[in-house]
Amino acid sequence: MNPKRSTFLFSVLCFGMAFLYVPMALLVLYSFNHSKLVPVWGGFSLRWYKTLFTSEEVWNALTLSLQVAVVNATFATLLGTLAGLALVRFGRFRGRTLFTGMISAPLVMPEVITGLSLLLLFITMNELLGWPSSRGVTTITIAHITFSMAYVAVIIQSRLSGVAQDLEEAAQDLGGKPLRVMFDITLPLLAPGMLAGWLLAFTLSLDDLVIASFVSGPGANTLPMLIYSRVRLGLRPDINALATIIIMTVAIGVALAGYLLMRQRKQIDRDRQMAAAGAAT
Amino acid sequence: MPPRPDTAGLFPRAGAAQAWHNWRRHFSDFAQTHWRELTIAVPYLWLLVFFLVPFFIVLKISLAESLIASPPFSPLIEWAEGEALRIRIIFDNFAWLLEDELYVQTYLNSLKISTVSTVLCLLIGYPIAYAIVRAPPGARHILLLLIILPFWTSFLLRVYAWIGILADRGTINNFLMWTGVIDQPVRLLYSEFAVYLGIVYSYLPFMILPLYANMEKLDATLREAASDLGAHPATTFFTVTLPLTVPGIVAGALLVFIPATGEFVIPDLLGGGNVLMIGKVLYGEFNANHDWPVAAAVAIALLVVLVAPMMLYQHFQSREMEPGKWR
Repeated sequence: MNPKRSTFLFSVLCFGMAFLYVPMALLVLYSFNHSKLVPVWGGFSLRWYKTLFTSEEVWNALTLSLQVAVVNATFATLLGTLAGLALVRFGRFRGRTLFTGMISAPLVMPEVITGLSLLLLFITMNELLGWPSSRGVTTITIAHITFSMAYVAVIIQSRLSGVAQDLEEAAQDLGGKPLRVMFDITLPLLAPGMLAGWLLAFTLSLDDLVIASFVSGPGANTLPMLIYSRVRLGLRPDINALATIIIMTVAIGVALAGYLLMRQRKQIDRDRQMAAAGAAT
Repeated sequence: MPPRPDTAGLFPRAGAAQAWHNWRRHFSDFAQTHWRELTIAVPYLWLLVFFLVPFFIVLKISLAESLIASPPFSPLIEWAEGEALRIRIIFDNFAWLLEDELYVQTYLNSLKISTVSTVLCLLIGYPIAYAIVRAPPGARHILLLLIILPFWTSFLLRVYAWIGILADRGTINNFLMWTGVIDQPVRLLYSEFAVYLGIVYSYLPFMILPLYANMEKLDATLREAASDLGAHPATTFFTVTLPLTVPGIVAGALLVFIPATGEFVIPDLLGGGNVLMIGKVLYGEFNANHDWPVAAAVAIALLVVLVAPMMLYQHFQSREMEPGKWR
């Protein structure tokens, strides 16, 4: 590649990363600002962290959000894995087109539509069946499962398409019953994909504002709903502190995952080299 | 060996164990023969009930009449005398949407904003995706990770970050006033510009990732062949690389365009009262005005606008996911 071109590509990358990360860096910086006026620097201080940690409202919202996120991620992973398996391994079945449509639509559906339609469903169900009589944690969780499972299904689909069917076929040829093959071969192969799906479903749920505001009832405020009600009125230094904590948590988690992956990959490379050396002698 | 019934009677716990065992065998037989059906049926039913049926309810309510009651709309199907169903369909809500200049304007404005944002995302995202593909393999993983990382942090807070940057006493205005370029703050926040910035910032990774996935699979030898045959780099780009990346461009563009059209958080936080977008109007009709039938009609109208791009996306998605494509 000629040097002029690679300089261009390098500056493109620098610009792109700056665009993505400078706003977040400023968010973190202002959280340590003593001044109440967010963008005006008034000296280093941790007072907004104190405000944040002593707020009962924040703790309640966080607990509720985590609760919803864990239940959502677990159910979404189960349902999404089943859906992904059905779509990749079962070939044609009746209603497959509708199924693929329902799996891929939530990925792009505007949130306002999903939120409104689910709320109207819950109200209609309450009229006809007497359930759910009140809206809150349960309705938010159901709504989150519905869109999260689509993301999990996509991850499982791409993972399954990448894994050759040979292993499953071999197990079947050796007399393994289909269900046994599924539990002994397919699911272990899928485990990393399921973990990725669980984590994605977890963060999607923690991140959702619009759908939760539609299907939630009085008293049930998730963390994004709380953040939104505060930042609507302008800048809030305590929200900057909260953002910093979230960004740090994610960064540490990703760095850890990256480190583990890298170590695993190195181990595999080393094993390969050993094997190659062994074969050569 | 099947146990005799009398022993089972003498030892009730053994009987219970036997029943449990039998039940388990029946269940495992059932699972063994019907596991395919079960695997399909569970997620299928969930999506039918919680994804498909709600749309018909929205459709139904969009045709109802607004009432001050709970629920605040008239029943579409009423039991009249006898068993005859009297069906009242009122198209008033839709007629109102079409007559009211404001709604038409809002739809057109939403489409304009999402189209321009999609083009901007493509113009910024394409070179970035290209640069990542051409980066050394070691750096590639880290760069990709940096693109994905914002997904894992809060969308809401990333939009909020721009309030601090664009506000009248925000980072940019402070900086410009400090350097003396301006002496009065420039209005940046609560404008269409702020909304564009917010959408491009939030949706850029959605554009880069499909483009990267597509470019990664490109055959480098094609490009080399073109330049070996004497093609100028620009010619190679426009005749070889660009046409081959069209699937990535389409996927990325749809992933930005569709959700951006119905976006609520960005126009609400960064656009304030100055930028009209349909997602915000829907939310307002519903939350502030409590006019559910109109909110439902707005949702249906939005869906009608987005149905074509959504089907296109699904077409690409299902082609990408075709079983056995990688074998």
